[in-house]
Amino acid sequence: MTKTDGKKLKNDIIFVSVLLFVISVIGVFYFFFRGEGDTVTVTVARECYGEYALDEDRVLEIRTEHSLNTLVICDGKAYMETADCPDGICTDHRPIFRDGESIICLPNQVVVTVTAKDGEEPDIVA
Amino acid sequence: MGNNNRKRIHQLALLSILTSLALILSYVEAVLPPIFSAIPAVKLGFPNILIIFILYRMGTKEAAAVSFLRIALSALLFGNPITFIYSFAGAFLSLTVMAILKKTNLFSTVGVSIAGGILHNLGQILVAMLLLGTSEIGYYMVVLAFTGTLAGFFIGLCGAFLIRQVDI
Repeated sequence: MTKTDGKKLKNDIIFVSVLLFVISVIGVFYFFFRGEGDTVTVTVARECYGEYALDEDRVLEIRTEHSLNTLVICDGKAYMETADCPDGICTDHRPIFRDGESIICLPNQVVVTVTAKDGEEPDIVA
Repeated sequence: MGNNNRKRIHQLALLSILTSLALILSYVEAVLPPIFSAIPAVKLGFPNILIIFILYRMGTKEAAAVSFLRIALSALLFGNPITFIYSFAGAFLSLTVMAILKKTNLFSTVGVSIAGGILHNLGQILVAMLLLGTSEIGYYMVVLAFTGTLAGFFIGLCGAFLIRQVDI
């Protein structure tokens, strides 16, 4: 290993660690510094599908021409029960209840987001 | 003049072979089981080994051409217009940044490749934000930055090995 190689390796390590550190800090803020929400907003293909209160238990069928997702709201949390998309990643998502948390079904373009209706936005990272 | 022509034909043939090789690698990756099935959408990106190799041994334009053709062909053969947009955004952003970082001559092949891996994911997240009209998916980038680093590291090691060992 020549001298310049060693220098480049040092630069690599500094570059990657700084980058990952900054991203982790942003991530920690994003995950932990926010309160609970009280409303779930459902959008399908960028269009608003509906808003539902989190404190009301219900089973919601999100149906479009070519897709069907079932969202369950239970005990103040929302989760995706079924989805007819090929991967089904959204059904593995843990239940959401914090302000700003979301479940996204990429193939069906369904986005379920928790929002806090009352009070100001505690969202630090836009 | 004749020599120059021969050189160009040689390069054309070489780039064609590399394009088909990249296409095969993306097919192999598609049929292999996912590496981390716990985290969706995480791939190593085998074809990028070749893109790194071409970037260092032939040039940015050549790498861009092979990358674009590979993405267009694999979208035509195995994908759809949506997968094309995702791959294209990722590849465009990652190749642009890799070319710039390579020019600064401050980082090794592996470092450049890691930046490429992270930027690839960033490009795809940005497309997802546009298509879904939400910035909420943005925090998935935190996870993808780490997996992108790992993928970029692996791809960079393979690329560096090829750059050293393979004579074209």
